[in-house]
Amino acid sequence: MQSELLNMSCKELRDGIAAGRIKSAAATEAVFGAIEKYEPVIGAYISTFEGRALAKANEVDAKIAAGEPVGELAGVPVAVKDVMCTTFGVTTCASRILENFHSPYNATVVEKLLAADAVIVGKTNMDEFAMGSSTENSGLKETVNPWDTTRVPGGSSGGSAAAVAGRMCFAALGSDTGGSIRQPASFCGVVGLKPTYGRVSRFGLVAYGSSLDQIGPVTRSVADCALMMNVIAGRDPADSTSVDEKNAPVCDYLEKLDEPVDKLKVAIVPQFSAGADEPVQKALTCALDVYKKLGAEIIEVDMPHLDYAIAAYYIVATAEASSNLARYDGVHYGHRTENAGDYVEVYSKSRAEGFGKEVKRRIMLGTYALSSGYYDAYYLKALKVRNLIRGDFAGAFEKCDCVMMPVSPTTAFKIGEKIDDPLTMYLSDIYTISANLAGVPAISIPCGFDDSELPIGLQILAPAFAEDRLLRIARMFESNTDWHRKKPTIVE
Amino acid sequence: MAAKIDQTQVKKVAKLSRLDLTETEAAEFTGQLSAILEYMEKMNELDTTNVQPLAHCLPISNVFREDAVKESLGTEKTLANAPQRDGEFFKVPKILDEI
Amino acid sequence: MGELRYRVVVGLEIHVQLCTKSKMFCGCALSFGEEANSRVCPVCLGMPGVLPVMNEQALEYAVLVALALDCKIAEFTKWDRKSYYYPDLPKNYQISQYDLPLGSGGFIEIPLEAGRTKRIGIIRAHLEEDAGKNLHTAGNFSQVDLNRAGTPLLEIVTEPDMSSAAEVRTLAVELQRMVRYLGVSEADMQKGHMRFEPNINLIITKDGVEYKTPIVEVKNLNSFRVLERSVDVEEQRQLDEFLETGEVMGMGNKTTRGWDDINQVTVLQREKEEAPDYRYFPDPDLVPVEFKCEWLEDIRSRLCELPIKRQIRFVDEYKLSDYDAGVLTAERSTAEFFERVVAAGGKPKRVCNLLTQVGLKLANEKGCSVAELDITPKDFAQVSNDVDGGILSASGANKAIELKAQDPDKPFSVIYEENNLIQKSDVGELEQIVEQVIVDNPKAVEDVTSGGKKSKKAQSFLLGQVMQKTKGQANPKVVSEILDRKLG
Repeated sequence: MQSELLNMSCKELRDGIAAGRIKSAAATEAVFGAIEKYEPVIGAYISTFEGRALAKANEVDAKIAAGEPVGELAGVPVAVKDVMCTTFGVTTCASRILENFHSPYNATVVEKLLAADAVIVGKTNMDEFAMGSSTENSGLKETVNPWDTTRVPGGSSGGSAAAVAGRMCFAALGSDTGGSIRQPASFCGVVGLKPTYGRVSRFGLVAYGSSLDQIGPVTRSVADCALMMNVIAGRDPADSTSVDEKNAPVCDYLEKLDEPVDKLKVAIVPQFSAGADEPVQKALTCALDVYKKLGAEIIEVDMPHLDYAIAAYYIVATAEASSNLARYDGVHYGHRTENAGDYVEVYSKSRAEGFGKEVKRRIMLGTYALSSGYYDAYYLKALKVRNLIRGDFAGAFEKCDCVMMPVSPTTAFKIGEKIDDPLTMYLSDIYTISANLAGVPAISIPCGFDDSELPIGLQILAPAFAEDRLLRIARMFESNTDWHRKKPTIVE
Repeated sequence: MAAKIDQTQVKKVAKLSRLDLTETEAAEFTGQLSAILEYMEKMNELDTTNVQPLAHCLPISNVFREDAVKESLGTEKTLANAPQRDGEFFKVPKILDEI
Repeated sequence: MGELRYRVVVGLEIHVQLCTKSKMFCGCALSFGEEANSRVCPVCLGMPGVLPVMNEQALEYAVLVALALDCKIAEFTKWDRKSYYYPDLPKNYQISQYDLPLGSGGFIEIPLEAGRTKRIGIIRAHLEEDAGKNLHTAGNFSQVDLNRAGTPLLEIVTEPDMSSAAEVRTLAVELQRMVRYLGVSEADMQKGHMRFEPNINLIITKDGVEYKTPIVEVKNLNSFRVLERSVDVEEQRQLDEFLETGEVMGMGNKTTRGWDDINQVTVLQREKEEAPDYRYFPDPDLVPVEFKCEWLEDIRSRLCELPIKRQIRFVDEYKLSDYDAGVLTAERSTAEFFERVVAAGGKPKRVCNLLTQVGLKLANEKGCSVAELDITPKDFAQVSNDVDGGILSASGANKAIELKAQDPDKPFSVIYEENNLIQKSDVGELEQIVEQVIVDNPKAVEDVTSGGKKSKKAQSFLLGQVMQKTKGQANPKVVSEILDRKLG
């Protein structure tokens, strides 16, 4: 019964709870049972809120018993990445500099989850300030891949992906600046969507690269992803960069989810995708065959600037980060050094003590790219390359409904394998970062396994604000394959 | 070929970033940042003479809020996370220079 | 030593706090002297995850000033982050405008003596957020108050077009009058609403060769007096320094000095090891601003006649003295009220006297504007005309206004009546009183009739006696005529 309950989709669970067949309290207890069992191995959570979660679950159950209306995620236990501010618990960004930070406000998405009657069970581990591709840069703890505990879960939303795959919640929120939702989703065999820039409010999302950051769902199915989007999408007056309903209306992403896209035209970028490992390429080919069988036309497009995406991304993202992270200085909140001689040392020592190596590296890279004498060569140049990349997408989307490519060149790698070589780690982001640079939505869905039984993800990219079609395209694949039903052995 | 960035520059950038680096870190970062910046040279293969820089993906402008007052946090909540306070103030070591 | 001449050259940076209800990028109310750190929210505290949202009113206020300064308004502008670490700057960057200020290339006319004006160029006007305040205690620590952090701040930069301390002061005063006129700032110096940073140097001609001394920026001056004084002091100091060292303007030798008010000197501020590197870049959290025609025209329609133009017009149109016109146009509401009284039929000079002698005094006492005294323009016009018609004396008119302010519902007829303000102009009645005064004061009468030095004084004395006997109600004009007739 327990595992049956834990393997339910959000939608099934929500419907069961809303109909009174299942108690949210039972589902929440089941989740905390799983946490007790798997968390010591997986390490997905930075904090959990058992008492709070059960209280919320009981509240939802009572509302239903009383016949009162409930929200769209009524009683569903979910997790949020610890990069989103909550008034309960701490908001750490997996950094020692914020280890004891208590936010006085909730992120807009957290408010939306609460308003939808979701049960927030905990906050998940991540690379410090979302900087990384393996969750190894967490300053607070280690998270491992539920499919192989010697391997990384991906990152930076590694905790969210591991928690969803490990049945320690039914869905989670992650954030994606250069692939941080899609890559861990692919490594952990779950679904991860990075919405269009501006689709989901960033208010309360601790900023890394503000022009690239976007919150999105990590789920076990496309339908659950659509359900989560129904809850979190939409304009927020507190976020100037969230888009107006008038210009890009939010729709009910579940409504037409099961309608296949007619005359689907899928574009691929063969030379670009050829850079991935063989099992990944093979899985992509098989996935394309599935679409062909469903009547899709596959065309080849040229996107010549994608090869430059990593260079442009690591300048733009780090430049913004160097400024976004300037506020962690030990003056108004967060860690303060005990060894400051003067006020300048409060800054330089608190930051030196509070930040991990990758964060320091990126702050320095970004500071350098913005500094006098280097701005034009690096930052400005990167913004121009960014425009070329956006142009590549605009050109491609004139010819197709979506572009498909790998999520990551490899499957989950060994813990420690790349941690000392930052450039190699950066290069592994090759397939995910262009969606952030262009601002378009992209999803990762399970599409196979390699010889070591490690999951592989298929990435589908769509035009800005076409999440509804993107989800339908993903759903077409999911309805005709079983990859998403596979479970890591640890939870069998 | 000369390294893209040397230790003196790394230390200067660290200072600008308000990060105290140990000598070991400075040496390590110099090598790593050099390799990364070397990779960034790739961008120069592209002629971007007539390309506009793209700072915002969204083609939107003029997003405003009405000039209306919202409740502030109040002194206690404002100072709740302060590492050090002096009465209703944040407290820092004496500031000697002026900006 | 050969011939030496010099002139001082000054450009000014002015920061003006705008009087919006809420801060630039968040909903906190603007703060004046509340408990420290009470007007702070996650946004202006720079907490993790917060985002700024532009206050439209602040932007419109800034554009209004830029238009009044005849600036070209940018069609497209944006926000940039200016990075530097300082405890009063919670995000360690300030949201400002770097390469695309909302206004540029304007000018302002400032009044010089004898009704002349001078045009001072405006390089740029841009909007930014103010920082909080660092307070330096007697102990070994400083305190930080963020109440001010995020207040909308308009920065105006002039061309180095001023050539004396007095001109600098005049410009500052004129700007104060302008922003108050436009209703965009209280511009209260005591509250730090306006802050000045003059850039000063000298052009010295010595033995036929021209030298420029290094530019000195004096930081953070917050009164007209200190602004003027610092320019004077700096003028002398730079001259002395030049004569001693001969140093001239060169790359990177601009220095920053602070004002020491106790010793009335400027002091060199601690030099940074290297030039600041602010790393400006476009703020990704804010979208650009585009000034579409319609919007600009809407803002432009809110422009009013600027104080200096109005002052000149008042002299021309109402034949007022430059001084009176200056007093009436110092505040926009006063000037507009004056014109409403004139429109209601008051004679300009008389209305001016009423307003400056009693109206402004009462308003000042009540801490309101003349228009808010509960006395209508029509009331003022009536009193003014009653003086001209001989019904009231000038002092009676002032009294009537004062009483009206105390009891606005009471009609003037009653006020005049109850307080015996109506002048006695009845010749028959006054003749009797004059006769009596003549009888009672033979010495004075003799002085008048004998002509001579004491005649005028004696006549005034007799008039005074009549006024005394009538408790000030006699029309002095009529009494004088009777006296002239009787003693002439």
